[in-house]
Amino acid sequence: MSAPKSTSRRKFLLAGAVLTGGGLIIGYNILGRQDKLGNGSLLATGKDEIALNGWVKIAADGTVTIAVPRSEMGQGVFTALPMLLAEELDADWSKIKVEQAPIAKMYSNAALFQNLLPFHPDDDGLLARSGRASIEKIGFALGLQVTGGSSSVRDAWLPMRTAGATARAMLIEAAAKKWNVPATVCVTKNGEVLHPAGNRKASYGELISDAAKIVPPENVKLKDPATFNLIGKAIPRTDVADKVNGKAQFGIDTRVPGMVYAAVKQSPVIGGTLKSSFAELSKNINKNNELYIIPNGVVVVSNSWWRAKKNLDALQIEWNEGANANLDSATISQQLAADLEKTSASGFRNVGDADNILKAATKKVEAIYQVPFLAHAAMEPINCTAQIKDGKCEVWVSTQVPSIAQWKASKAAGVSSDNTIIHTTLLGGGFGRRLEIDMIEQAIHIAKQTGGRPVQMIWTREEDMQHDMYRPIAMSKFSGALDDKGEIVVWTNRVAAPSVGFDTMQRLMGSMAMDMPDKNHIEGAFDQPYEIPNIKIEQVRSKTPVPVGSWRSVGHSYNAFFVESFMDEMAHAAGKDPYDFRKALLQNHPRHRAVLELAATKAGWGQPIAVGSARGIALHESFSGICAQVAEVSIDKDNNIRVNRVVCAIDCGSVVNPSIVAQQMESAIIFGLTAALYGEITIKNGRVEQSNFPSYDMLRMAQSPRIDTYIVPSALPPGGVGEPGTPPIAPAVANALFALNGKRLRNLPLRITT
Amino acid sequence: MITLNINGKDSALDIEDDMPLLWALRDVLNMTGTKFGCGVAACGACTVQVDGVATRSCVMPVAAMVGKKIHTIEALEQDGKFHKVQQAWIQAQAPQCGYCQSGMIMAAVSLLEQKTNPTDADIDEAISNICRCGTYPRVREAIHLAAKMGESK
Repeated sequence: MSAPKSTSRRKFLLAGAVLTGGGLIIGYNILGRQDKLGNGSLLATGKDEIALNGWVKIAADGTVTIAVPRSEMGQGVFTALPMLLAEELDADWSKIKVEQAPIAKMYSNAALFQNLLPFHPDDDGLLARSGRASIEKIGFALGLQVTGGSSSVRDAWLPMRTAGATARAMLIEAAAKKWNVPATVCVTKNGEVLHPAGNRKASYGELISDAAKIVPPENVKLKDPATFNLIGKAIPRTDVADKVNGKAQFGIDTRVPGMVYAAVKQSPVIGGTLKSSFAELSKNINKNNELYIIPNGVVVVSNSWWRAKKNLDALQIEWNEGANANLDSATISQQLAADLEKTSASGFRNVGDADNILKAATKKVEAIYQVPFLAHAAMEPINCTAQIKDGKCEVWVSTQVPSIAQWKASKAAGVSSDNTIIHTTLLGGGFGRRLEIDMIEQAIHIAKQTGGRPVQMIWTREEDMQHDMYRPIAMSKFSGALDDKGEIVVWTNRVAAPSVGFDTMQRLMGSMAMDMPDKNHIEGAFDQPYEIPNIKIEQVRSKTPVPVGSWRSVGHSYNAFFVESFMDEMAHAAGKDPYDFRKALLQNHPRHRAVLELAATKAGWGQPIAVGSARGIALHESFSGICAQVAEVSIDKDNNIRVNRVVCAIDCGSVVNPSIVAQQMESAIIFGLTAALYGEITIKNGRVEQSNFPSYDMLRMAQSPRIDTYIVPSALPPGGVGEPGTPPIAPAVANALFALNGKRLRNLPLRITT
Repeated sequence: MITLNINGKDSALDIEDDMPLLWALRDVLNMTGTKFGCGVAACGACTVQVDGVATRSCVMPVAAMVGKKIHTIEALEQDGKFHKVQQAWIQAQAPQCGYCQSGMIMAAVSLLEQKTNPTDADIDEAISNICRCGTYPRVREAIHLAAKMGESK
């Protein structure tokens, strides 16, 4: 029934090559170590300031400025990444400044691509090993400066530490020369080079001009983690002061001299086109305002955004509704249900002889699960500021993808990429929505018509919610079987969903995108650690006109709900405790077992709990982070689900900043809880039915649980942090509800019906 | 002309009566600390104080603001010193992306001016702002911390 797995993998690996051919890269040369260090000329320097490489500059007064090539969207990269460099530099943390790095190939995110490989984490075969080795090189060569996939620390872990250690060696060398002593007798501490025997010391600021003349040494030695001063400590975030006084600058806060504001309306029907003519619409444009038509919308420009929007709202805009005018959620669900029964599917994992053992089994468990489309609803509405003037294109935008933004902006503006400048601002939330560049192309289409004036385009919340690239709707079918001792002997799972990978590639590359098995779609279903003798995991790609995209934890966001709920069903069918049942399936996975045990122990699993409350447990690995959660739930008199407490255990390898890890767990849990309890985007007459927060509601303070996070100590390389906390919460809550009332909820959002 | 008293200063603005206070602040006065989130008073990102009361400025026409004292996030810091709520926010490491935090802080300031030692239930009721980063547990902690710092600003 399914394609042999080796075929699908080869096809998949081709994706890298196709992506490559699609114009994302210039050349294929794999860069070496020195290229990752970068040249100081990459960074703009102030007076008395010198950059020692592409990551760090030091001023005469001792200020150390660290360039961060990832976007700060709340996840803490403006703190965690500088800590890596400052650690190896032995910098004085109180003198650290952080700035956004420019766009350059050396800043490309290679670790991101590890998430795209279709290999099970246990797979140590030749194909998996060579795939892992080459994808980083391809990833680096692609030159994609992308923030996503919980990859920032993983990617920066060695390059930024190496940059700090190299700069430190240059400062030592400069001091040693000055004092005429061997470098080996000098040490560094807190922003100074010391020569203890000669009782001499010099600050980095004093040494910087001499240090800049030293050739950066190769093969510097990194610190033994036992000697870390910063890494592993709960250092306060560098961006907090500006975030409590209104000074933090998000994309929407950009103010450029002469700037005008644009409000936009796009077709309410997915894929619809404008029917009204420019002449008709322009009759109702107020004096001092301007009307523009862009490929996918109507734009009013004014000297304040509110004036532009008010005028736009007053226009009677007509649309050609097109092919999707009758599209609705029920039809899409029916299509997914039919897709689940298709005779062909793409195999992603095949262990033992699942089909035959299942046929012969006597105790079978079967279930079908479903989740809806979801919007990102980042708090900063979609916006972009652009100016095209004197052959230059300048863009100010809160984006996760500055290098793609530059490529697409340059194309849309008809300006060379050298003359296309992207200013990446702080992001008022990303969650995957700002991996898209639709807002940048739109702003440029407007800026091309405003005669050189800079224009700030802002979407209303309604436009934002109705023109998203949604977390896909997905449906999952399980068949499992137990032997007479109550142990799982077969686990089969098929997932039908639209493909985030294909949709994303198609948006970037148009017709060059190839339809092929998509790891994003099935991640979280095929790659989990449970030791079951017969496993078969397949995907079926469903096609829908509703655009889909990456949403915090991508495929894991739904597959964890499916897998961990069904695991609970199997445990109950076997008459076993869900925690013990899982633990028994993790004999050869000590890290996963330890995480599960930590969460269960801290939550008091098996201990008495208040009447009317119950606990549920879930374990899930995503983005190289292993996370287990125990949720304590109750149901109030109005049938509202109350999540009162969540105990979270995480193994994310080496921890850079435990306070940020805890923040991210809280963040990911609350994000996942909103989806579990409220999130649902529905389609009717080709339109997204929800439009703003009243109809697409969010978890607020009053519904927010107490969250206790425990981190498993680890000396392994860092894993992901930003996303792994999201997948386990929905199944933990659903499993707790089953424990509470014996009803298995197989659809999100979870709703209690009487 | 409409005269608004913002952070203790009168400004005469040539704007329409029905322009919401949020856009007078952001686009006319270029005070960008107060944020646009939903436009329908549902998320609280635009919260400012009007005569000491937490108010969602995105639906508040400027004509209704004449003669009232408007306070925004920009004026919370006094003489280069953070307000106790800001200090508590830093101590609790509350912000993540930070976008909703101006509104959260202004709502918390108003709450603490009305109730010097709010309970969890008071906080649940008063703070209905939306934060997509999920800073709620730390915002709650920060409000309790600020309450402990006493009444001094």
